[in-house]
Amino acid sequence: MSAKDRWLLPEGVEEILPAEARRAEVLRRGLLDLFDAWGYELVMPPLIEYLESLLTGAGQELDIQTFKLTDQMTGRLMGVRPDMTPQAARIDAHYLKRSAPARLCYAGSVLRTRPDGFGGSREPLQFGAELFGYAGPQADAEILSLMIAALRLADIREAHVDLGHVGVFRGLAQQAKLGAELETDLFDALQRKARNDVEALLAGGGVPAASKSMIAGLLDLCGDRETLARAREQLRGAPEPVMRALAELQATADLAMQQPDAPTFYFDLAELSGYHYYTGVVFSAFVPGYGRAVARGGRYDGIGRAFGRDRAATGFGADLRQWLRLTSASVAAPAGILAPDGGDASLPAEVARLRAEGSRVVMRLAGDKSSAADFGCDRELVNKNGRWVVQPVK
Amino acid sequence: MTTTLNIALSKGRILEEGLPLLERAGIRPAENPLKSRKLILDTNLPDVKLTIIRAADVPTYVQFGAADLGIAGRDVLMEYDGDGLYELLDLNIARCRLMVAEPASLASRDDPGSWTRLRIATKYVNTTQRHFAAKGIQTDIIKLYGSMELAPLVGLSDRIVDLVDTGNTLKANGLVEVEHIADISAWLVANKASMKMKHRPLQDLVGRLQRAVA
Repeated sequence: MSAKDRWLLPEGVEEILPAEARRAEVLRRGLLDLFDAWGYELVMPPLIEYLESLLTGAGQELDIQTFKLTDQMTGRLMGVRPDMTPQAARIDAHYLKRSAPARLCYAGSVLRTRPDGFGGSREPLQFGAELFGYAGPQADAEILSLMIAALRLADIREAHVDLGHVGVFRGLAQQAKLGAELETDLFDALQRKARNDVEALLAGGGVPAASKSMIAGLLDLCGDRETLARAREQLRGAPEPVMRALAELQATADLAMQQPDAPTFYFDLAELSGYHYYTGVVFSAFVPGYGRAVARGGRYDGIGRAFGRDRAATGFGADLRQWLRLTSASVAAPAGILAPDGGDASLPAEVARLRAEGSRVVMRLAGDKSSAADFGCDRELVNKNGRWVVQPVK
Repeated sequence: MTTTLNIALSKGRILEEGLPLLERAGIRPAENPLKSRKLILDTNLPDVKLTIIRAADVPTYVQFGAADLGIAGRDVLMEYDGDGLYELLDLNIARCRLMVAEPASLASRDDPGSWTRLRIATKYVNTTQRHFAAKGIQTDIIKLYGSMELAPLVGLSDRIVDLVDTGNTLKANGLVEVEHIADISAWLVANKASMKMKHRPLQDLVGRLQRAVA
């Protein structure tokens, strides 16, 4: 390793320098305060866990994304968390054991073996909120509204919020008795909105004609509010779980619309990202220029089953590092008071008083001739006739 | 927000066969892209622009929103690692096949059913590996950027995986097709966020192209 590349960071790993760190922390505190105001309790799950518990119910996708190492104390395999949602679910199911609905939130680093696309981070600062123990659309609508409030707080404008329900495709796939392989292939083609592929897949494999047109028809079921009315028309005669899914979606959207300044919601019944993980209503926020959602959430009932308690669950999450690039919110430059380097026995008490008042006070170091601006100070503390006075820097 | 639609497409066969298709959908470039050296071209529609780039770059431009729509060969899409694209429509142009080929001398005594490990030269590393892995066949792949047909002749590999149109280049170099991997044609792809946020103008354009293809 040459002296020059010794300081390079691994791909997808970055450090946040002072000015940016300040913005990040203001945003993080703002988000946690927002969650707190909505009644969400902060939890701090561990950075590292035994692999079995980390990956329970999370699926193969997260397995590949997990950095693994051997525990020198037990010989068991451990993983660095790639996602905090299953951890929150484990805390709810295993430790809290409440019968009342539990609202939890979190913010912290997670590690991924592969970056999310070009320029993506392998160390996202994940934050999110989860609501456990309530199965109705009210919980989904609350999480959806909280996600929108978070986007507003971060001043991420032009976010486009898309709603869907994995139960629609799942119900249709069950009715058509698609094999596991065909279901996976169809799911993949629907994700790409590749109509020609969807039709080609449905043409083989003895799928009943009614199911065929309903599944292919999902591709047209995207757009504004009238989409749901169209869906009910187009999916008439579909099995009961499909109609129930549409009703849940409608109820969630109606409830979320009642929030003051609710945005326009869009619907896309073929958008199934996270299909293997989610069990109900799903939603995501998109912004111009990004091929992936910048915030995602939905219902994932049953994840707690593996931890001994089957609890309804819904939640959303996003990456603070990504939001920092998207946010247009500006943070005021630091201000403060530069104090002289000693000289008077009354100085420490005065500095302590100013700090207790909430001022940022930087002590000059003996012999240092730097300017106040070097320390981000716009004022200075001076002794005038035995009295300490704060005055603007000359 | 502006509702300009940017369409990325590549020079060569896709541009030659794509232009008549765009014309039928009501889009004419303001100058001849086959001659112009400009990389972004205006069209007769004020809100539609064409971006001319390398074929393999089309999915990247579209995934990251540098273009809203793109026209890319299925071969490029299969090879592309990302997954943030909508593959809206098979445009049915620039048709050809992705094939395994080998020297005629080898083919005369070769049985594809007995393959266990293959040395293959190709531009399509991911696709080749995936295709053979699905059949339980090991592959040693040499990535080349062109003139694949040379590789078996000079001993770089035993077989090649490449696009075949008429088959004349293969024939001229003493190679024969032994296995079909996929039928290839150009597809219309879209950026996910654009598809959602510019839904109306984009859907309108897709509809016109769909009728032009049919």
